[in-house]
Amino acid sequence: MKQIDYQIMWDRLIAVVEEQAMTLVRTAFSTSVREAGDLSAGLFDAEARMMAQAVTGTPGHVNAMAESVGHFAARFGPQETLEGDVYLTNDPWLGTGHLHDITVVTPVFRKGRHIGYFACTAHVVDIGGRGFGPDGREVYEEGLLIPITKFAQAGQVQPLLIEMIRANVRTPDQTAGDIHSLAACNAAGERRLHEMMDEFGIDDLLGLSTHILDISRKATRAAIETVPDGVYRNEMRVDGYDAPVDMVVTLTVEGDRLRADFTGTSGPSSFGVNVPEVYTRAYACFALKCTIAPDVPNNAGSLEPFEITAPEGSILAARRPAPVSVRHVLGHLVPDVVLGALHHALPDTVPAEGASSLWNIQIAVRPVDGSGPGAEILMFNSGGTGARPGLDGLSATAFPSGVSTMSVEATEQVGPVIVWRKDLREGSGGPGAHRGGLGQVIEIEAREGYDFHFNAMFDRVEHPARGRAGGHAGAPGRVELADGTRLNSKGRQHVAAGRRLRLSLPGGGGYGRPEARAGDDVRRDLAAGYITAGDAWDIYGQQDEE
Amino acid sequence: MTQPAQQIRVGVDIGGTFTDVALEHPGGRSSAKLLTDYERPERAILAGIAEAASEAGVALSQIGQVIHGTTLVTNALIQRRGAKTAFITTEGFRDVIEMRSENRFEQYDLNLELPAPLIPREHRFTLPERIAADGAVLLPLDPAEAEALAERIAAGGYEAVAVGLMHAYANNIHECMVRDALRRAAPDLAVSISSVVSPQMRELPRFNTVIANAYVQPLVSDYLGRLVSELQAADIAAPVFLMHSGGGLVSVETAIDQPVRLLESGPAGGAIYAAGAARAHGLTKALSFDMGGTTAKICLIEGFTPKTANTFEVARTYRFKKGSGMLISTPVVEMVEIGAGGGSIAWTDAMGRLRVGPHSAGSEPGPACYGRGGEAPAVTDANLALGRLDPENFAGGAIPLHPDRAEAALKTLGLMLDEAAFGITEMVDENMANAARVHTVENGRDIAQFTMVAFGGGAPLHACRLCEKLGLKEALIPPGAGVGSAIGFLQAPVSFEATRGLYQRLDTFDAATVNAMIAELAEAANVFVDRGAPGAPRVTRLIAQMRYVGQGWEIPVELPHRAFSAEDIPMIVSRFGEEYRTLFSRIIEGLPVEVTNWQLTVATQVQPVPPAARFDDGAPATPARHRRFFDAALRETVEAAEVPRAAMTPGMKIDGPAIIVEDETATIVTSAFRAVGQGDGSLRLIRKEAMR
Repeated sequence: MKQIDYQIMWDRLIAVVEEQAMTLVRTAFSTSVREAGDLSAGLFDAEARMMAQAVTGTPGHVNAMAESVGHFAARFGPQETLEGDVYLTNDPWLGTGHLHDITVVTPVFRKGRHIGYFACTAHVVDIGGRGFGPDGREVYEEGLLIPITKFAQAGQVQPLLIEMIRANVRTPDQTAGDIHSLAACNAAGERRLHEMMDEFGIDDLLGLSTHILDISRKATRAAIETVPDGVYRNEMRVDGYDAPVDMVVTLTVEGDRLRADFTGTSGPSSFGVNVPEVYTRAYACFALKCTIAPDVPNNAGSLEPFEITAPEGSILAARRPAPVSVRHVLGHLVPDVVLGALHHALPDTVPAEGASSLWNIQIAVRPVDGSGPGAEILMFNSGGTGARPGLDGLSATAFPSGVSTMSVEATEQVGPVIVWRKDLREGSGGPGAHRGGLGQVIEIEAREGYDFHFNAMFDRVEHPARGRAGGHAGAPGRVELADGTRLNSKGRQHVAAGRRLRLSLPGGGGYGRPEARAGDDVRRDLAAGYITAGDAWDIYGQQDEE
Repeated sequence: MTQPAQQIRVGVDIGGTFTDVALEHPGGRSSAKLLTDYERPERAILAGIAEAASEAGVALSQIGQVIHGTTLVTNALIQRRGAKTAFITTEGFRDVIEMRSENRFEQYDLNLELPAPLIPREHRFTLPERIAADGAVLLPLDPAEAEALAERIAAGGYEAVAVGLMHAYANNIHECMVRDALRRAAPDLAVSISSVVSPQMRELPRFNTVIANAYVQPLVSDYLGRLVSELQAADIAAPVFLMHSGGGLVSVETAIDQPVRLLESGPAGGAIYAAGAARAHGLTKALSFDMGGTTAKICLIEGFTPKTANTFEVARTYRFKKGSGMLISTPVVEMVEIGAGGGSIAWTDAMGRLRVGPHSAGSEPGPACYGRGGEAPAVTDANLALGRLDPENFAGGAIPLHPDRAEAALKTLGLMLDEAAFGITEMVDENMANAARVHTVENGRDIAQFTMVAFGGGAPLHACRLCEKLGLKEALIPPGAGVGSAIGFLQAPVSFEATRGLYQRLDTFDAATVNAMIAELAEAANVFVDRGAPGAPRVTRLIAQMRYVGQGWEIPVELPHRAFSAEDIPMIVSRFGEEYRTLFSRIIEGLPVEVTNWQLTVATQVQPVPPAARFDDGAPATPARHRRFFDAALRETVEAAEVPRAAMTPGMKIDGPAIIVEDETATIVTSAFRAVGQGDGSLRLIRKEAMR
């Protein structure tokens, strides 16, 4: 095979998995698949090594999926792997970290021989149990756990499995529909793969796989070699759910090897914010890749050089049967602690800390007089990102997650709520030579005759995003009623009819000393109202010229 | 349109590099191609019309209609050359256009920069007022507040104002109050309101659209005013029409009111042109493929109608990446555009992999082989090195090509010369094929059933190889492909699409409300069509944007345009089911269905393109000479017959490997294909194995 053919096939495979992912986004019922890209799709060789993966909205699937297929291959050996099989699981420790994610794996056969696997994952609307939230005390309460199972054997769908799932979830049509859709998306990828193999006249993936993995591994190792050898440590305290959480990471760089170890991190929570290690690895790896080798596509070769471990039983490597439903809340904060350690190795490269953890809010609106139906409303909202060494942070923008927000007009069509305000939070960006991104302020009220409950899972209220290199911290988050009554940043709370909930989302940290900020930038910020006149003078030492 | 059959009409397309003119007269068609005049675009228009008219032997005063499309509006947005504009919105929503969708379009770039909003924060003003999702007034707008803000804006030195209030598509009473206050305070100020420009649900695209409209309005108004008066001064008193993004024509007055509808006029003309060719050849499923110097555009044409959408992104700032531009909601011919053209530059990435584009050498300095100072290897350099272009005869000999410079540039990639050249063309073909494949899959279509219609300078060079990669049996290269958009303008109907956000669940469907809304849409659309073509027979098309309750994506569902009753609900649900099944191969039983936005298009009936005499085979054309080129599928250099395009008269054929040369470009017929001249001057490229 010529180099150019391998290149073309590599590009084609990436297009195929992107196409798979796009189809899932458009058919999924779950809001987090649609708006947050909470899904993944990939191709694996016969040895369960990931060859290509779609870049989707959430880095949480980066390694998780790469590891997952290995568990399937171990469960079903060559004798049991049949043409027409489709496997699935939602085991948080073998899949992607919580029961809501269902991973479907389809072995690919060519001319009667097993040559690889297609896999995809998506977050389903409901999986039974207590529903999506931190309240379960063990994973058993969080819903139905499906072990690695054959969904279809040699082309025959197992009816009992579907019946079991339908009987255990609140939304049988959507959940079962999503599983069929996952299986269909693997089948589409398979057709496309065969077309490519026909075109290039190959019957096996191993040569191509070796080519892709070798080049990717080599490029990643070469990139790691440019990081100075040494041991770099960082710690960060965040709010946590029931108690503050210390995240501690030690990076060890030796030549082309990089190890990240989370020893020193806090123990588990009794709420569902615990993170299975696979998910910690995904977010830690995302931070490392972004900084060191952003251009190398995700595959087994480019992921292998990053060796990431967390002590078993810690909050970042939860042990069965810990509850893990909302593992993303702490998972989203993992990159900040890793980037902070990398800063010691690579100064002037990584951003300051940001809001990082999404301020998603789930609202249950009910009629005050108990009559008629209510509505469930989910909103995704982002605070500010940390300032970069040469650029301001991004205001009201998700990082590390890739979530999109929903239109307020569309949200108000879903149920009887009014969003009175959703705009930038002035003065919330951490001061610095480069300013942290601004958070945002959201005010929500039920429409007349209704009240609502909401589930708070908001971080960076007690522990704001810290600045870097002399930059100041971003504003901490705040949860209150519009009249100033403080509310808790965690747990289920009631907002009476006629009252408004106000969420003030955290800003990102600043980078570099504020006195070093260019005068033009300060004046521009003041004109736009990103900072106040008081801040311009007190922090930046600048007076409004007018 | 009801123009007399003998009428002389002229289409003018201003593109980034060229201004193209196509003039239709009783004796046929003439054309002209001039460099675009950036300072005074109308000068090139007048010169081009004069040239085409003199070639056709008609006097300027005989011209009965001028149809125009331009990149002026798009360029104004990209280059931020619009008016000083203020934006007025609901208190609490000042930053909608700045916060966008709150995401990053590139996951792994720590230094990502988001595009700055068109209107900076200090020029965005708010009013305390609020309309609810159902149109109820939650917080009435105090007229005194509106007056006070209007006074402030009048004193602020603004040239244009955009007004976008929450849920104004459901009830525009407050937007109208603001508009009236502004008219009183500043009668000369251009004011655009979102409930007129884009009355659809979702605040971000609606606000973007009304802002873009206001921002470009003074510019467009000046330009069109100047154009009309200069045409008149040149004795062309004919009415002027503008091509809009949705593939139809509007009057100058409408264009000045709603210039945001002109954004994609050139590409829309190209799609209409391809649709005309598809109709002449009876191709019910066509894939339009337009490859120029910088980008390639792909559009699906089914039933001789280009596929349309109601939102699109303009002014992408990051390598054509989805999400890096400005989301606009107006009717548009749906196209995929990728950074693949003759000028696309090849490079190697961190892993030593060969990449092509999206950066382009453009026309200045152009590919290295132009000898105008370009040193980076471009796709045209690779085509030259592979023998697909004749250095002596490029652009009719107007641009001499330098093979030595192409080779020097290609060698900078660190590969063997032939490997580099072959690799570049294969990669660019692969990029285009992937984009086409993904687009058809996204639309639930099987690409193998489509016939390619190829135009633009680069397309004939790449069409056969693309067909090989996509498994297509046939490509059509219509005549006049170099001025395709301008010809498309001449084939477009006068049309207007009116839209409205009206949320309805089908299980509680309120037929009376929907019927009243549809009647309003029809009335509004007819007013605009009347401006352009009073009394002409017309067709209407109604589309509902529908989804299962709980989903976030709607799909367009065409419904019969008539008054609905409760009995129609099963029909509407089943129409939705059909479309859903086409796109996603299944439906979900038992889930309720809802509608969010409605679109009604009124268009005049166009004169049908006459069917072309089609030939599958014919007499062999005599080669002028033989040349060698590299055949990508065979991986070898082949001896090819060279035939002038003029020799490919109806019923003449040449089997590949062959090269058909003309002034504007060359058609590469690979070994797997045969080219056959057609009755209308087209070339059909037919896969040999499909003929057996």
